[in-house]
Amino acid sequence: MMSSTHLLSWLIFLPIVGGVVVLGLGHRATLAKWLSLAVSGLALLLSIPLWTWFKRGTPEMQFVERAPWISTIHSEFYIGVDGISMPLILLTTFTTLLIVIASWQNVEKRVAQYFAAFLILEGLMIGVFAALDGVLFYAFWEAMLLPMFIIIGVWGGPRRVYAAIKFFLYTFIGSLLMLVVLIYLYLKSGSYELAVFQRMPLTLTEQTFIFLAFFAAFAVKVPMFPVHTWLPDAHVEAPTGGSVVLAAIMLKMGGYGFLRFSLPIAPDASRELDWLIIALSLIAVVYIGFVALAQRDMKKLIAYSSIAHMGFVTLGMFIGFQIVAHTGRTSGIAMGMDGAVVQMLSHGLVSGAMFLCVGVMYDRVHSREISSYGGVVNTMPKFAAFMVLFALANSGLPGTSGFVGEFLVILASFKANVWYAFLAGTTLVLGAAYTLWLVKRVIFGEIANDKVAALSDLNGREFLVLGLLALAVLLVGLWPAPLLDVMRASTQHLAEQLLFSKIAP
Amino acid sequence: MIAGSFNPSFFSSGLVHAWPEIFLSLAACAILMLDLLLNDAQRRWIGALAVISLLVTAVLVVAHPVPTKIVALGGLFELDRMAQILKVVTLLTVAAVFVYSTDYLQRRAIFKGEYFVLGLFATLGGMVLISAGSLITLYLGLELMSLCLYAMVAFDRDSGVAAESAIKYFVLGSMASGTLLYGMSIVYGVTGSLELAEIASVVRNAAIGGNIGLMFGVAFLIVGVGFKFGAVPFHMWIPDVYEGSPTSVTVFIGTASKLAAFALAMRLLPEALGASQPDWSQMLVVLAVLSMALGNIVAIAQTNLKRMLAYSTISHIGFVLLGILSGTAQGYQAAMFYMISYVIVAAGAFGMILLLARQGFEADKLTDFKGLNARSPWFAGMMAFLMFSLAGIPLFIGFWAKLGVIQAVLSVHLTWLAVIAVLFSVVGAFYYLRIVKLMYFDEPTDTTAIGGSILMRTVLSANALLALAFGIFPGTLLEICQRALQ
Repeated sequence: MMSSTHLLSWLIFLPIVGGVVVLGLGHRATLAKWLSLAVSGLALLLSIPLWTWFKRGTPEMQFVERAPWISTIHSEFYIGVDGISMPLILLTTFTTLLIVIASWQNVEKRVAQYFAAFLILEGLMIGVFAALDGVLFYAFWEAMLLPMFIIIGVWGGPRRVYAAIKFFLYTFIGSLLMLVVLIYLYLKSGSYELAVFQRMPLTLTEQTFIFLAFFAAFAVKVPMFPVHTWLPDAHVEAPTGGSVVLAAIMLKMGGYGFLRFSLPIAPDASRELDWLIIALSLIAVVYIGFVALAQRDMKKLIAYSSIAHMGFVTLGMFIGFQIVAHTGRTSGIAMGMDGAVVQMLSHGLVSGAMFLCVGVMYDRVHSREISSYGGVVNTMPKFAAFMVLFALANSGLPGTSGFVGEFLVILASFKANVWYAFLAGTTLVLGAAYTLWLVKRVIFGEIANDKVAALSDLNGREFLVLGLLALAVLLVGLWPAPLLDVMRASTQHLAEQLLFSKIAP
Repeated sequence: MIAGSFNPSFFSSGLVHAWPEIFLSLAACAILMLDLLLNDAQRRWIGALAVISLLVTAVLVVAHPVPTKIVALGGLFELDRMAQILKVVTLLTVAAVFVYSTDYLQRRAIFKGEYFVLGLFATLGGMVLISAGSLITLYLGLELMSLCLYAMVAFDRDSGVAAESAIKYFVLGSMASGTLLYGMSIVYGVTGSLELAEIASVVRNAAIGGNIGLMFGVAFLIVGVGFKFGAVPFHMWIPDVYEGSPTSVTVFIGTASKLAAFALAMRLLPEALGASQPDWSQMLVVLAVLSMALGNIVAIAQTNLKRMLAYSTISHIGFVLLGILSGTAQGYQAAMFYMISYVIVAAGAFGMILLLARQGFEADKLTDFKGLNARSPWFAGMMAFLMFSLAGIPLFIGFWAKLGVIQAVLSVHLTWLAVIAVLFSVVGAFYYLRIVKLMYFDEPTDTTAIGGSILMRTVLSANALLALAFGIFPGTLLEICQRALQ
């Protein structure tokens, strides 16, 4: 439906073309900023019809566009969205606009290149979420690394080069294994269409290798416990905008990959290996939670908090198999998935907001150390209110978006095993501990030093950005029903795919 | 041997198929003569004439219809779609190389007509090799090309390093030619024919694919091909020759001669010895794995860009071999696509070195690229495109090349080889990204404006943009390669 509008193509190519034009502006920084604002604003406007015209209650792909691309390898330009990817695209356009506004004044060098990188990145990321063809997906998936590599490396902190190369190589190695699997599936089926991959029968051995290769690609991106070490480095060194994109959108691609590739293409292997994912997710939730507690750098703390929260996402996705094994019923599978997707969106908003908050302080004091702050509430009351709100959302307070996803995932875990739920539940304690302790040390107390005393409160631009995010966080938290409504059919469909064995007779 | 009695009228009627080669050799001779009559100021027209004659030859190649494989001149000459395409790519590449080299040679005061004449004859050798229908023409073409290249390396008479490289290249290259000739003589001994088609049918029909004598011949041929390609363990000459030669010659060796080596491999292995594919495949597996491993790992340690690109060539040859060793039509197409895309990108990368080079400054150190983005955002972007392409990142041509060869080895169930290939391409990504890092993340140490004529800048930009354009729409080139090798 609605394919005649080419809405998704516009969403992919408008930012990319806009980015190239901005790149061409060179030294005309002001013009570059306004043009970027216009492009990202237009992209957000264009993405709204995705939500309003979206047909609820069907797992079918919508806004589908299909055109021949590379005939020799039967790869098509085939894009479309379902209830899982559509909200993620909205998150992407929303976040990019906020980043453009938030970066208005705090980029000094190569302004046009900076904004161009974010615009091109936006288009590529939307491409990842919309692609329904294996090669197309892979192309966007890898190409997306380049602008991010440049963003971290050019505008990052002191160890930016190390962080940028580590970021790139970590993700690259996992992705290439995925490429091998995609080609393998193509050679078996004669098509790169994801729907074909999802339908084709595969033996358990094949599925296991396929699952592990996908795991290599997506676990790095999520990131899951043993392969998470690139994230704190990348986050700490990236400029604020880069951190926001990383946390808000790029991490979600790992989770999205699990939902779109691992689970439906290799359901039997997923069932066999769900213990691996569940164990790593719980380690992320508990162990990384403790690691976060020990951080002295604000960005690092939020980075670790991201890893812990993403542990929830992977737990929610894979808990379904345990529910079936323990209760024999299938009712909780979709609930876990719903929780995972809501948690992804919520984490996108909250962690993005937290990084922006740190950015606001960093712009003024030029330090990310917690010990450089204290008593910020005295000089920046408006900022403090936002920061406290996002901190509470990060620790999963009811009424904020953080609560909905965590609650659904814990509820689903209960159906599987009380101990999973117990361990997952520790996040409520740990999350509250590290986030609120951060707030206590940074925001409250006496004014720590002269720099804090000299702080000025939010300007209108910053207020707008944080205000919009706060609205979104509260909206999802208080009234998640429309969101759940949009994705219900898709998660239900996915739950059915999981239960259907693909092992060839 | 040439079958039947010699028929002059039949022979001369075949000449029409070799018209581009004939034109090019006449043009080269004419330019050689003309060069004697010109003074230094007029000499710059020599370069233009050389480029024009290359372009005209390319048009002649394209204009000649090749509905099916044409065998002419008593089996010595063979024209198929693969030959046609490889010739066009070679001619265009050499034309670009001449454009890139002009400024460099002038600044170095070694702008001599001989560079272009030798280059034209080397190209002619490459074309003869590409169209060879018999072992004799194959060898003739190869030697014509190699001898010109030896002379070109030593072309800068005052440079000791260049002379050393030339000797090294000459000695090792002659050894390779000797080995190749020895292998050819064994194959002739076993099959009783010099014609590729004849050899192929003898090997197939007499079912002597596994004959021990033939195996010896194949082994020697592979050594020879490995030398010309620069595959490990026959790669020793590559880094030294690349580094020691004047950059304008390095770019020639790094591009046009690789296409010729590819044609050599394709004519000898799949075409003549297709029936013993299982045997040579095994040998190529070893060469491919070693090349990818050594090329990628040693490249990390280099501080000289020409040397780094030399090791990078070695690793890319490993990938090309993956396509050939799979032994399927799809694999050969993938290898051909890989070779063409590599040549496009390598020409651009060496072109960038030539662009940055100045009087007394080679710009061949990695550090010479520091902060290029601050000096010239446009050319930093172009170089970044080329590096991303070499690293095999999507939306650049190098990705489709890698995709093709990995698909080829997966389709013959060599999954382990595919995994090794992708792992080494991660290693490769590291050193290509390092160039990007130098250009974008570091501040410039040198703020001289970028030189180069308008023509050179335009051609170089077009070259780099081609890597992006074919990266977004690889369909045409993939189809061309597919039709060439069905």
